[in-house]
Amino acid sequence: MSTPSSFTPSALELDRRAYRRSRAHRSTAVALVSTVAFAAVVYLTVTNAPGWERTKTTFFDFSYGWEVLPTILEGLWLNIRVLAVAAVAVVVVALILALMRTLRGPVFLPLRLLATVYTDLFRGMPLLIVLYLVGFGLPALRLEWMPTEKAVLGTIALVLTYSAYVAEVFRAGIESVHPSQRAAARSLGLSYRQTMRLVILPQAVRKVTPPLLNDFVALQKDVGLISVLGAVDAIRRAQIEVSQTFNFTPYVVAGLLFVLMAVPSARIADWVTNRANRRQQAGGLV
Amino acid sequence: MSIETHTPMLSIDGVVKFFGEHQVLRGISLDVQEHQVVTVIGSSGSGKSTLMRCVNLLEVIDDGVITLDGQDITDPRVDPDQVRRRIGVVFQAYNLFPHMSVLDNITLAPRVVHGVPKDQALARAHELLARVGLADKADEYPDRLSGGQQQRAAIVRALATEPRLLLLDEITSALDPELVGDVLRLVRELAERGMTILMATHEMGFARQVADHVCFLDQGAVLEQGPPEQVLADPTQPRTREFLARVIDAGRL
Repeated sequence: MSTPSSFTPSALELDRRAYRRSRAHRSTAVALVSTVAFAAVVYLTVTNAPGWERTKTTFFDFSYGWEVLPTILEGLWLNIRVLAVAAVAVVVVALILALMRTLRGPVFLPLRLLATVYTDLFRGMPLLIVLYLVGFGLPALRLEWMPTEKAVLGTIALVLTYSAYVAEVFRAGIESVHPSQRAAARSLGLSYRQTMRLVILPQAVRKVTPPLLNDFVALQKDVGLISVLGAVDAIRRAQIEVSQTFNFTPYVVAGLLFVLMAVPSARIADWVTNRANRRQQAGGLV
Repeated sequence: MSIETHTPMLSIDGVVKFFGEHQVLRGISLDVQEHQVVTVIGSSGSGKSTLMRCVNLLEVIDDGVITLDGQDITDPRVDPDQVRRRIGVVFQAYNLFPHMSVLDNITLAPRVVHGVPKDQALARAHELLARVGLADKADEYPDRLSGGQQQRAAIVRALATEPRLLLLDEITSALDPELVGDVLRLVRELAERGMTILMATHEMGFARQVADHVCFLDQGAVLEQGPPEQVLADPTQPRTREFLARVIDAGRL
């Protein structure tokens, strides 16, 4: 509905535009009023609660929170490093799993079976239990080469669980590419592997980018769970502080830091999704 | 022609459409009378499909007026869903819903939009399918049908809501010649029964035989329009002649 400045619309069109503008203004006003009203109700309910004063001092002690911020940030640095390593490892492992599951032919039955069992096992098992088994079970084997550092073990546990999830996302993407694409690629003489790499996977990855980013945001906060193994991350630091003062503000600070970390990823996910929609949609939206 | 004196069922008047800086429609004016078949011809990119989408309100126009049965449907106060209920559309790529059987595709809108009872909708769908020779395909899924069968099913889907106006957007362009005949025969039959049709097409022979009015679109403007014997056989504009010569070369007239 935006026309170049060189175009002079008729009076009727100007009238239509004015009407659409007034409708848009009205919906904005309705949205604004309803949001403010909702916020006011929440605010009044919370601040008028009988225990609000006590809650405020134990959870929202601003000066204490500011005091512990540097310590928690130091812990968060560990979370960020774990996240970076885990995210890359998850994508690689998941892609291999997904390709194994989509292999055809009886020769590959063991591989397919292995991938299926793996995804069933690690998608089904609660992350917390995987963390315990890996974090405490692997070192108990006392193998020379086995890492013993808690953060490393925690990362391994995260990769095990998340790669099973992400593998299924990739597989869904691969299978959502229309069979005619495979037929077209194979008929050009491309081998199975070339077809996968050059035709199927690029389309599949594009299709599943939004759910992948969703899983990334989930991983981003689950890296905090490595604290149960004793790795000194943001949550562990907060826990240590809380155990000394019995003031829960450090938890709130750590929580907010995780939220701050997730916001950019969520916005990137939105942007990628919208861009994909725009690209695939010819003409206007209904 | 006495029919010309009636107020047109569909009136397109000075319609302008931009995509960004690019002007796709440059003030198109075109009338469709009740029971008339109007075909829009022109090369790819001339704006035929965009015009169809504008009439169905899938695109918001940037200037001009479109009226259907005397009502200004481009007025933003008009509910587009109410307008679309009176218009049937058939797309070039069929656009059947792949997750529904042919029967469900056809009965969806009558049941959900028009509130027709299920047994009535089913009876009507079976009757229409029989008419287009797809009686035995009712329970098949679209991807299992040939292109011609899919397009006939799509036409039935558009007809099931008993629309006032049928928009056909190059409905034979994705079909092989053998199947084109089936679909065009069906359109001709609809025209003979008095259906009002606005149709974008590359089938000049069909346009000449069935259309009451032919409209040649070039770069978003109506270059020439009139009865088919005039526009297709004796065009006044050199651009129309050039286009028709190319079509004849391609063996489609």
